Amino acid sequence: MSEILLQATAVAKHFGGIKALRDVSLAIGRGEIYGLIGPNGAGKTTFFNCLTGLYVPDGGGFTFAGAPLLADAPHRAAARGIARTFQNIRLFANMTALENVMVGRHVRTRAGVFGAILQNAATRAEEAAIRQKAIDLLHYVRIEDRADDLAKNLSYGDQRRLEIARALASEPQLLCLDEPAAGMNATETEGLRDLIDGIRRDGTTILLIEHDVKLVMGLCDRVAVLDYGALVIEDVPAVVQKDQRVIEAYLGA
Amino acid sequence: MKKALSAPNLIIFGVLMFAFVVLQLGLFPGNYPMKLTILYLLALCALFGLGMSFRQHLAGKLLIAAVLVVLPFVSATAGQAWVRILDFAILYAFLALGLNIVVGLAGLLDLGYVAFYAVGAYTWALLASPHFGLHLPFWVILPTGALVACCFGVLLGSPTLKLRGDYLAIVTLGFGEIVRIFMNNLNAPINITNGPQGITLIDPVAIGGFKFSGATQIFGYTLSGPQKYYFLLLVLAILVVIINQRLQNSRIGRAWQAIREDEVAAKAVGINTRNLKLLAFAMGASFGGMAGGVFAAMQGFVSPESFSLNESIMILAMVVLGGMGHIPGVILGAVLLSILPEVLRYGVGPLQTQLFGKMLVDPESLRLLVFGLALVLVMRFKPAGLWPSPERQRELVEGRTEVKP
Repeated sequence: MSEILLQATAVAKHFGGIKALRDVSLAIGRGEIYGLIGPNGAGKTTFFNCLTGLYVPDGGGFTFAGAPLLADAPHRAAARGIARTFQNIRLFANMTALENVMVGRHVRTRAGVFGAILQNAATRAEEAAIRQKAIDLLHYVRIEDRADDLAKNLSYGDQRRLEIARALASEPQLLCLDEPAAGMNATETEGLRDLIDGIRRDGTTILLIEHDVKLVMGLCDRVAVLDYGALVIEDVPAVVQKDQRVIEAYLGA
Repeated sequence: MKKALSAPNLIIFGVLMFAFVVLQLGLFPGNYPMKLTILYLLALCALFGLGMSFRQHLAGKLLIAAVLVVLPFVSATAGQAWVRILDFAILYAFLALGLNIVVGLAGLLDLGYVAFYAVGAYTWALLASPHFGLHLPFWVILPTGALVACCFGVLLGSPTLKLRGDYLAIVTLGFGEIVRIFMNNLNAPINITNGPQGITLIDPVAIGGFKFSGATQIFGYTLSGPQKYYFLLLVLAILVVIINQRLQNSRIGRAWQAIREDEVAAKAVGINTRNLKLLAFAMGASFGGMAGGVFAAMQGFVSPESFSLNESIMILAMVVLGGMGHIPGVILGAVLLSILPEVLRYGVGPLQTQLFGKMLVDPESLRLLVFGLALVLVMRFKPAGLWPSPERQRELVEGRTEVKP
């Protein structure tokens, strides 16, 4: 593993008496595709929410790109370079696909109220750049022909792709995908696999939660397994697949 | 897809109104004094509708501008009262557009909007009346009013940031009432607002030496007070329209829309939802404050009575009835709802006397009935408002046919 991009140290989170995360520590290297698997309710999404600032961890913390990540506001996590998608797709349903991606540019642009009202040269230039970048991203995820359709009218697979494009619009260093292949058929999953691989090749580190074991094992450089909120093992797929505890907890015999 | 009630349909609406009036005029024996004015006004309505139907072209814009310029002079033939009604229609359009930023763009249901209107009006009243002996100039008071209202917007907005929908509506409703009750009671121990008596003798708007109250001679033509206010309000309203339009298609406007659609996702893409919601409250409040200031100056009198909950609901009804988030729709809603009661008063009253020889239903109580009925009908048949934005229209139509995956 090369340089460490994200270091989680003893992250803990509980909801009342339920310990959703028990001192989870793991490290993700820059340029990796890192898988996070485990049975339902193991704490994968909770881990995501802590990382992206939607939850405040009860213990431990994250170091991102060499500096501690303050878990106080989600928008700051995005500004630091962490983007995410959601397990149950959360697009801006009544905005067009293009507008969805344009919103994604928010943290990397500056225009304020006065710029918008005065429509000065800088604002107009920025607006044009936002639009161009958004169009490029729609091409990148190959849904450019749906640009002017409302997000809610896109097919399921296209919605997943749009959500990835919106996340990429903030130029993240770490892209967190929460079950991107859920509900996809084999062809769509194959396309998604190529897309994720391409994103990594273009320099973005990926943290992937996924139930599709074939996809995870084929795609990820390293895999971590969570069970009852605790980290069971963190290793290359070949080792994880053969681990007795993982087989018992998750993979089955 | 069927084309919604848009400019061409407005013309049809005008023609229908025309038929109604002709019918009504036929019932009036002798010389009904407003006969001609009503005819002219309807003709102007139709011309305006025509202008709106090709407003992308210069000719359309010119036609609209011409109608707007001629309007107060035509209305004046029926008496200055009608010019004042027009003034209030524009003032309400201005207010409704301010509220549209909060409700239409950012999706925050604000039932206490009239509080900012009140704050603006009282700011003007205190800074330009004998009450404190202050008589500051227009250029100082208008921005001050906007600024004070803006501060109130942030102040009242900040505790509501974590609330949504109904809860937000209830809290803002409470704030609206709190402000009104404050105005009502701040006459002791120190007399600030003069309590329920209100503040009188407020200075009219004056730019340089040019006063907006009373008649002036311009190019040999006498311009009345309400006519001058009409043009002032028109300029202000056009400014708000431009600001609304530009905000809507900007980075900020998209962020507001995103918050309206899905707040969690908006946070996740890096939108500072707290600041942007406060910004929406502040912007909306500033416009409310400005409108309040002009209101105070135009009336020469303010009292807490003008800022009741009914007023808030009325402004919200304008936004919702017209078409939330769609600028022409909001203006249509404001103009309809502010002129309708007057039409009822001047039309239905005399009509009853003509038909039955006496007044059967008081037009004032008929007003609420018609309002209620209109709202129910609009919600049933045009849930996105009378003139919704094309996108919103699409949402509804496609939403109906869409099979969810």
